[in-house]
Amino acid sequence: MEVLTILIPVSLILGLLGLGAFIWTLRKGMYDDPDGDSQRILTDEFDDKPKPIDPDNGSA
Amino acid sequence: MTTVRASACPACAAAPAAEELARKELSKARVLLSVPEVHCAACISTIERDLAKMPGINSSRLNLTLKRLSVDAEANIRPEDVIARLDALGYEAHELDAGALSMTETERQGRELLMRLGVAGFAMMNIMLLSVAVWSGAEGPTRDLFHLISAVIAIPTVAFAGQPFFRNAWKALRAGRMDMDAPISFAILLTLGLSIFETLQSGAHAYFDSVVMLIFFLLAGRYLDFRARAVARSAAQELAALEVPRAIRLADGVEETVGVAELVAGDLVLVRPGGRMPVDGLVVAGQSELDRALLTGETLPVFAGEGTIVSAGEVNLTGPLTVRVTAAGKDSSLHRMADLVANAESARTKYTTLAERAARAYAPSIPILSLGAFFVWMYLTGGDIRVAINVAVTTLIITCPCALGLAVPAVVTAASGKLFRKGLLIKDGTALERLADVDTVVFDKTGTLTMGAPEATNLDTVPDDARRVALALAEASSHPLAASLAKGLRDLGVRPAPVSDLTEVPGYGVEGIWHDTRVRLGRPAWVGATAVELTAAYLSLGQTTHAFTFTDQLRPGAEEVVRALHEQGKQVWLISGDVPGAVQALAQRLHIDQWQAEALPQEKAAKVAALQDGGAKVLMVGDGLNDTVALSAAHVSISPASALDAARAASDMVMLGRDIGPIADALRMSVQAKRRIRENFWQSGIYNAIFVPIALVGLATPLIAAAIMSVSSISVTLNALRLK
Repeated sequence: MEVLTILIPVSLILGLLGLGAFIWTLRKGMYDDPDGDSQRILTDEFDDKPKPIDPDNGSA
Repeated sequence: MTTVRASACPACAAAPAAEELARKELSKARVLLSVPEVHCAACISTIERDLAKMPGINSSRLNLTLKRLSVDAEANIRPEDVIARLDALGYEAHELDAGALSMTETERQGRELLMRLGVAGFAMMNIMLLSVAVWSGAEGPTRDLFHLISAVIAIPTVAFAGQPFFRNAWKALRAGRMDMDAPISFAILLTLGLSIFETLQSGAHAYFDSVVMLIFFLLAGRYLDFRARAVARSAAQELAALEVPRAIRLADGVEETVGVAELVAGDLVLVRPGGRMPVDGLVVAGQSELDRALLTGETLPVFAGEGTIVSAGEVNLTGPLTVRVTAAGKDSSLHRMADLVANAESARTKYTTLAERAARAYAPSIPILSLGAFFVWMYLTGGDIRVAINVAVTTLIITCPCALGLAVPAVVTAASGKLFRKGLLIKDGTALERLADVDTVVFDKTGTLTMGAPEATNLDTVPDDARRVALALAEASSHPLAASLAKGLRDLGVRPAPVSDLTEVPGYGVEGIWHDTRVRLGRPAWVGATAVELTAAYLSLGQTTHAFTFTDQLRPGAEEVVRALHEQGKQVWLISGDVPGAVQALAQRLHIDQWQAEALPQEKAAKVAALQDGGAKVLMVGDGLNDTVALSAAHVSISPASALDAARAASDMVMLGRDIGPIADALRMSVQAKRRIRENFWQSGIYNAIFVPIALVGLATPLIAAAIMSVSSISVTLNALRLK
């Protein structure tokens, strides 16, 4: 049962990390255009870095 | 499109002051366009790459989900320029209002909901991890520790993610109403409180997982609902109002731009070619032609000279007109139409949605059931409050309608997403349900079943010389027939003949000199030709004359949609303000048996009302000002994106593409969607019927509550996805 003292904090930290990652993607506007993003990977433009999104209101 | 562009230019011309002001305030322009036909990776790169080459444009980004293009440009770039550029690429585009305030507000709300959903989701996963350990047999201090950790996660989660429900419930309770959010908030808080109490007392059962799960599923429903609405709102309601309510007043020969509201009867107003009549009046100087299609449904422009009576909303085509105002503001025909629309709207009874009906029937039963359970168990156990409260809370959380919260949004989201991909926007949340009741469809003619744009029919039979001269002459005019003729000839590969001294004679046509002969293109009497039965433009080459005949082009999908509606067993009507000949011809071509011609706006609305009084549920499809009253009187209404603002505002759905075909799909899908919603209600009802008795007799455990909640929510969502 001592293993719980490690496993519980680990699971909580992993959960927090996941939540943090989710909030980051949300702030970066990654859910603004799911259809478009799934198509954009097919073109070879912006292969090295994603096309910048307008800073003020996402891709609007 | 043509109408939008026609009104766009005069608006800028009429309001130079406003434009200058805008230019001073913004060094950079932001253009937002709705591009309904984009669908693939190639569309994205074609448009973005092409716009990158256009001078004055800094960057552009196409959002495929919203089918919306945002362009960052220098201040001298106008939306019309970008629209023209996209048109050349083969994409239809409509301007959206870049008054981005409401749009960022919508987006902020969406992100906030998504954030709460995410927090609830991650909290749910972690608590579930601990709960599984408890369910599989953790005992004593371990169980208490797990419950405690769950509590530490659940309390802040509920405080943050549950806010939308608490806020709505508080609002409803203060107003003395009972809605779904009140029992939900009650259940959340009571269950959380009991679970904390049980944890502190080392009790066996805590419901932290259920509380957070309830919030998660309900938020998922809210978010779906919100997204379906947000897409429709941003694209349909913010299609820009291009008409600037301004007019050019002539005071002692001096032109001044004034608001339409300032005009009084007796003022002189100048209306430039391409401009819309701001008022009702009488022409006192100038000659031109008027496009009345949006007011009356007439396809052909009519001649206007001194003494012609004009009404607000008509478009001046070829020459400047000076108009003496006879009625402005509240007295104008445009305003009277607005009054009729308001009347028709208030006469339409408020539609009660299935969800509202379900909530009204279901919401009170939740607290009643759990209160009942509490008192019965108090009696049975001889006053053991802890047992009684436990049973009451289990009942509460099991009856609390996760699935009910998802039942409608899941279906509506699936349906509106499918329809959006076909080019139909649902503006009103209840439109889909209302559409399912429809058994009679009323179409307008010009601009709805037809494109409202003439198409030359006999170009092949005219000799080449005449075609080349006609092209040269036609290109000198902006008259719709001339524009259509020029386009038709260009498409055939005809090159213009060298015609000099081109002049447009407003109201009559265009003339010029070709090989020392006077050539004319225009009205038959002026040209010296004998008029034919059909819509035509006439060309004279000195001695010989030719007639170019036109027909109003059918909107793509018109034949299919009428056939599909007949197959679905709907009644189809054609009601137009145009002359009987044209209406009958179209009705026969499309096999529509019931038609009515020369209908005034009030008559259209009266016909729709008469059909509805006879028990029919009418879907009205129309685009003109003369349709707006009928659109708002009908059970549900659809207008094309090219329609006037007033018509779009009055209708429940907007058709984004040129194709009218999606209307038949929409009708079919709405029936299916309504059936799915009903099925979903039944499903969640059945789950409750099985598990509420179990909860009432005190046999339910947190495991059972969690299981029912997730199974019923998932089955409801899957059922919604069956929509084809």
